[in-house]
This record gives sequence, C-alpha cells and structure tokens, in this order.
Amino acid sequence: MVKDVKKVLENLGIKLVQEIEKKENPNIEIPIRALSNVVYDKKLGQLTLGNKTSKRYYFNVAHAKKFMQTVMVASFSKQLLEQNIHASIRDMFYNLKRTLPDSDENTFDEQSESDPIIVDLEVATDVLREQLHLTTDRKGIVAGNVIIQDRGDNIDWSKLGSGGWSIPSTVDEITFKKVDAEFVLVVEKNAGFERLHEDKFWQKHKCILIGTGGQPSRGTRLLIQRLNGEFKLPVYVFCDSDSYGFYIYSVIKSGSISLAHVSDRIATPEAKYLGLTISDIYEYDLKKATIKAKDVDIKRAKELLNYDWFKKNPKWQKEINLLIEKGIKAEIEALSHRGLKFMSETYLPEKLKKKDFLD
Amino acid sequence: MSERKKAEDFAKEQKEISVSEFFEKNKHLLGFDNPTKSLLMAVKEAVDNSLDACEEAGLVPDITVKIKNVKEDVYLVSVSDNGPGIVKEQIPRVFGKLLYGSKFHRLKQSRGQQGIGISSVTLYSQLTTGVPTKVWSKVESKKKTHYFELHLNTAKNEPDIVKEEDIDKEVVGEHGVRIDMEIHGRYRKTVEDYIKQTSISNPFAKISYTAPDGTKTTFPRSLNELPKQPKTMKPHPHGMEFGILQRLLQKTSSRTLLSFLTNEFSSVGNQSAKEICKIAKLDEGTKPQELDRSSIEKLIKGMQTAKVQRPPTDCLSPIGSAELEKSLKKEYPNAEFVTSITRDPEVYRGFPFLIEVGIIYGFEQESKKKNDEEKREDTIELIRFANRVPLLYQQSACALTEAVKDVDWRRYNLQQSGSNLPSGPMKLVVHICSVWVPFMSESKEAVAAYPEIIKETKLAIQDAGRKLSSYLSGKRRAGEQKRRLQMFDRYSGEVSAALSILSKIPEKEVEKKLKALIESRIHIKEDFADEETKEVAGEAKDVKEAKKK
Repeated sequence: MVKDVKKVLENLGIKLVQEIEKKENPNIEIPIRALSNVVYDKKLGQLTLGNKTSKRYYFNVAHAKKFMQTVMVASFSKQLLEQNIHASIRDMFYNLKRTLPDSDENTFDEQSESDPIIVDLEVATDVLREQLHLTTDRKGIVAGNVIIQDRGDNIDWSKLGSGGWSIPSTVDEITFKKVDAEFVLVVEKNAGFERLHEDKFWQKHKCILIGTGGQPSRGTRLLIQRLNGEFKLPVYVFCDSDSYGFYIYSVIKSGSISLAHVSDRIATPEAKYLGLTISDIYEYDLKKATIKAKDVDIKRAKELLNYDWFKKNPKWQKEINLLIEKGIKAEIEALSHRGLKFMSETYLPEKLKKKDFLD
Repeated sequence: MSERKKAEDFAKEQKEISVSEFFEKNKHLLGFDNPTKSLLMAVKEAVDNSLDACEEAGLVPDITVKIKNVKEDVYLVSVSDNGPGIVKEQIPRVFGKLLYGSKFHRLKQSRGQQGIGISSVTLYSQLTTGVPTKVWSKVESKKKTHYFELHLNTAKNEPDIVKEEDIDKEVVGEHGVRIDMEIHGRYRKTVEDYIKQTSISNPFAKISYTAPDGTKTTFPRSLNELPKQPKTMKPHPHGMEFGILQRLLQKTSSRTLLSFLTNEFSSVGNQSAKEICKIAKLDEGTKPQELDRSSIEKLIKGMQTAKVQRPPTDCLSPIGSAELEKSLKKEYPNAEFVTSITRDPEVYRGFPFLIEVGIIYGFEQESKKKNDEEKREDTIELIRFANRVPLLYQQSACALTEAVKDVDWRRYNLQQSGSNLPSGPMKLVVHICSVWVPFMSESKEAVAAYPEIIKETKLAIQDAGRKLSSYLSGKRRAGEQKRRLQMFDRYSGEVSAALSILSKIPEKEVEKKLKALIESRIHIKEDFADEETKEVAGEAKDVKEAKKK
C-alpha cells in the first residue's frame, strides 16, 4: 500500500514525453476491464483481472480524445496529491470541463465520460482512486465500540447518538485507535441498521454494525476488508432473501466484474452469509410476509446458480433453487411480522449461536 | 344520294408529292416543332455547315453568329464563316433545294449527312416570314462576292432565285459564306448552350456570338490545329442491305463477282471474297450485273456470315481524349476535376463508330438559391454529341442516355436512385462519332439503340467513372486525413499542459516537441495514398490487438 503515487504519475508523464521525443506514437497501456478479461481466482476466492491489456494511442482517431482525457485526469490527481487535498469526482469533472480552442468541442461533456477515465487510470497505474485523492459521496454507516483517527480527529463510533459514522470513500486514510468487537455484521438496508442500532444490538453482541444502503460503496467494502484483515473479525452479511441480496453478498465477498482490478483491496473472501435465506422463511414462519418473485428475479437467480462461487457450495445451490422453485422472496423487514424486536432478540442471536451461515 | 366516285376521278386527284411539299406539311420531322426549337435549328444548321466546310477545306474555323430580334417572334439569324466559300453555280441548290448535298452518298464522318439541313431553314423561313434567305459567298480574295436572295419552290423542289448579283462590298472577308435568315421563332438560352457545347466538341473553332440583347460572347479555341481529316470509307460487307447492294452491282466496273467484292468494299481481300462466294454458293466469275434477286439475297447472306476484317477506322475523327479534357477545362475553368476517355473504334451494322466520354466534376452551381435544407443534389447534366454536334432534344429517347442510366453509378461514389441519371455536381459528356450515326429521325436528336452502341458507351463511361471514383476517394481520404490532423492539433494544448504537470518538464518544451511530432506526421502524409493505408492498417491492428487481449 505504501506506494509513491506522485512518483507513479510522474513516471507516466516522463514515459509519454520520451515517446514524443523519439517520434513514437505515445501510448498508455491499460488492462482491459471487460467480462472477457475477468477471472474468478478460486484460491483467493475473488474476481481478478486477467492479463489482457490494450494501448491507448494519441495518434489514433478512435483513441486521441480519451488519451487527452486520461492525461488530464492524471495531472489533476497529481496536483491534488501535491497540495494534499481531495476532490470529488464531480468536482474533477467541472474542473476539467472546458471548450477546446477554435472548436465547439469540450474536453468532457458529461460526468459519465470522466468517471470511467478515472477507473482507466486506476488500472493503468495500479493505484486506487482513493489514493489519487478522488472521492465519491459518502455512502454507508457504521456503529460499534471503535475509536478511529480521521484527519487528526478521534472519532468514537459508540458515541454518535441516533446516527452512525458516515463511511467516506477514503477509508484507507483512517487509523484504528481501539477496536473492541468480536465480529462485523453488515446489513444491506439502512432501515435494518436503524432497527438494530436503536436496539443497541452492537453493544449487546459486541459487534461492529455496518449499513450499506443497498450495493456497498467502495469505501464500505474497503472498511469491511480492513476490519476483517487487520483485526481478524469474522464478517456476517445480512441481506434480503432475493437475487439482489445474494448478489450484494457476492460483491462483498468476491468483488465485482467492473471493479475486478481492485478486488484484492476491497473484497473480503472470508465473509459469510447469515440471512435471510429462503429456508429461514419456513424455519421462522414468515410465509405470510413473502413477496412473489418476479420474472427478472427468477432470471437473475438462474444466472447466480452458474457463478463459480455459488456453484461450489451445495447449500447455496439449494437456496437459489428454492427461490426459483417456490417463486418467493422476502425482505429483512419481513421479520417484523413476528414482532418489531424479533430481529434483534430472536432471529439474529439464534443464527449467530447456531453458526447457521452460508459460505 | 351522293354520286359514286369512279376510279378515273381518283386518278385525277392522285398526283406526285414533291419532297418539299411533304416537309412543308411535316415541319416537325425536320426539327421545327416549336418556335424555340426552330430558331435553334436555323443556328445549328448554318453552324454545322460552316464547320464541315472549313474542316474539309483545311481551314481553322472562325465563325460569327448574330441573332437580332426584328419584331415580335421574328428573328434575323446571321451566320458567317471563313470557309472556302461556294461557287456561284452551286449556291442556289445548296440553300434552295432539299436533299441536295455532298455527304449523303459517301461514308465519311461529317456533321451533316442528309443534305436537308440548311435548305430546310430556307423553306421554314419562307413559310413563316416570306423573307428570302440571303447568301453571300466569296471563293477567292480577288474575286467578287456572289450575292443571292433565295426561295424554295416547293412544288418542284428547286430554288427560286429572287435576286442575284456580284458585289464588291466586303461581307465575308477573304473567303467564306454568310447566310441571313429571317424566321419566326422564340429566343431561349438553348442557343447559347448549343454554341457553348459546339465549342467544347470543336476545340479548334473560334465562335463569336451576339445575342438578341446585344451581349457578345466569344468562345475561343483551345486548339490551333484542325483534327486529322477523316477518310472516306467504302461500305463494309457486314452492313450490306439489298437496295444498296443492287445499286452497287449495277454501277460497278468490275467484271467478276470476286473483283467486285475486293474493289467495292472495305476490308475484303481475295481470301474473304472467295469465302463470301463459297458461302453464297455463287461462282466467283459471275458478271456483277447478271446477278438476280435470289442470288443477291444469297450474296448478302454470304457477306454477313463470312469472316471479314473490321472496317478501317481512319474514317473516324474523334475529338481525342487530351483535346476533350483541355476543351472542358477551358469551358469550365472552376471545375474541381475533369477527365476524358476516347475508346477504340467498334462496329455496328458494318459501320465503324467510336465513343468518347468526358466528366466535369465539382463546379460552381449556377443557381445559388439552394440552402442547406434543400441540399438534395440534382441529377447530373448530360451533354450528348454526335459527330461533334450537340444533341439538345429528346434526351430520354436517346441510346446514349440509356447507356448512362444503365451504369451503376454508386460504384463510382455518386448517388443514383433506381436506374435514373445519377445525382451530383457533375456534367457528363458523351460523344459518338461514326461514318453514319443512326438517328431516330431526320431532325437528328436521338441516337437509335443499337446494342453495340449501348455496350460501348457503357464501357466508355465506366472507364471515366473509375477515374472519377479514384479522384473522389482520394479526395475523401485527404479530407479525412486533414480532419484527423486537425483533431490531434486541437488536443495538443491540453495534452502538453497535462504532460508538463506530470513530468515536471516545462509546458513550452513539451508543446514544442508535440507540435513537431504532429508536424512530422503531416509531412509524411502529403503523398497520402501510401502512408494513409499504412496508418489505417496500423489502427486496425491496434483495435484487433485490443480485442485479442
């Protein structure tokens, strides 16, 4: 992790200027980020990028503009690093957007153009976006018996009242002062987080509670990985019992195709799935709180069946097949069908005690 | 009850119709269908005659055309040349008798071929205004100028001399002819088009033209020499027809069929003559005059099936590829691209013919009313010539047009909907020259659709089309090349600034190096054809590699 990012960017610049001097076609080598170049590494238990690369040339009609955009983003980032400040990816877009001389062409027209360039630069330099000092909106909240230091301030995650600490995108810059917990519980929904936080679940069960608010942000995934890696805390994931919930777990555990290049930094292969499962619906008598699965849910479930990491586990095969067979799904809030405190007082303690997890 | 007519009564009514009377009633057959066209016909017949006369006499033509509006719908057409002039005795019949001429009976490329043209104008003028046609002719500089005022006696098809005198006054210079005709007509720009086109197909002629409003235009020559005089050709056996053969057999001084064949026909040697006799099953020694009907028919069959060499081609006088191109460039100095093709002679019905094609691409549109929305391009302008004479009417009935439509123009980077004329900023010139151009009517406006002519015209157009296409794709490549270099240049500022920040090398220095690199790539590209393909191939490779990885 201790990589001199400034130096990496400087070297990139020097290489390109040298190519120009030698009258060569200046180019940036970028590993390909497409399904065809993403492999599941069984040993590591995560998605990784293959070794296919492409070259982005300046003297190529199809590449020239992206070449310009890539060096612009790189130089923007280098300036951030030199001044030790951060900028959101939206700030960057506005900062770099301008009209080229003698034309009506813009350097960037939309943020959707600059965002992928950042990822290109990430893979090209093997440096994380966060290390390039480019941030995204905070997403995800955390609470627990933990004290951290963030830009010089100590923050106690147990003393944040009704809220939690909003997880920033630059999690690698925080340092842990005190971690007093036995495991990490990741909840897919903010509502679930609120419920458990109010019930002081993390206090009673000595855990760190993380709410992802849907698909977890990179910062959240990085935090989960750090807690797992640095403090050997088991990670249990608690999601809706449907294809989307299962996939969130899969992303936390193995990484995603679009961010396969950073899987080793943000995936947590040791993460385990706690619930909700389709079997739980029957086990905990939640039948009446289920929702009929739509066609897309079934279709997605069938795709999940073929994912390597779901394939190798018969228990997962059973759960997904059950979803397809019964044609039902359930949200974690379905547990409230058995009473508002059923989740924190009955369901979760029982699951944890039985160690009833899916891997 | 009406009285029955008897055959005798009919006999009283039946009488000979003179050719002149026939055409008097059928003016349209000679091209005088409407006032606009009639005025053009008068100009055209006079100019064609002048050009033929000058060319045959080996004189570089200098022709003056003046049109004056005498009164409403009446125009005075005056055409004068520097030709050899016409001897006094011949003048009345040349201008005052239909079907009198020197060109009908011979096989030689010339503008006129039937002996109708100029006398039909005399006839038309007499029918519409009654004013006699005036002719001045001077044969030698020392002699006097002969002056005639002529009418045409339609009943007899003979000239009526209204006035005749020899005068001293200089009217036509050292030698030449001037003709003044007062006719009913209407003036349109087609007259000017005709003269402009005539100037294209006769690059050795200088034509001065004064329009009715007094504006004078001179069409200079782009060539100072006359083309090689076409030779007169003997008939070719493949084109033989009964009547002509019968006449030739009667007239010949040859004593045997074999010598008749070798003497009277082109491309027939002893060998072919023997073969013809063999196929016809006729004795080689037969006296030509003694052949009867069925023998003549057999002889025709023999002539048509025997292997005979192609007719000679020195009877044709094409404009010439280089000359046509030069002439087109002179006439359209702003054209972006001009090319032309002269094909080798071919044969239809035993007559040699030859096709020439010229292309003028990318000229200033004459009407600038078009805005962007109306950018749908007009169809091209087709300019047809037969023996150097512009064909201005009946375009759609003409075999040359049919051939143009038959070509797939999309192959040559032009738009074309269905089998219509293609669209685009282009003029297409098609010239057929032959010892006998097969016109569809006496007014000589459309070429008849002989398959050999259509095929050959298509081949000529395709030759020229390929040249156009390679020009257009070269132009497109050059355009693309320019655009991409502009693009690299446009991005160079941002790239230099960014690279300077990254590498800590001063921006000025990086920019200088990058500009030099872009510059060097421009220079490489100046002979774009080769480098371009390499560059494109290189790019394709990049993409392919990227895909592979």
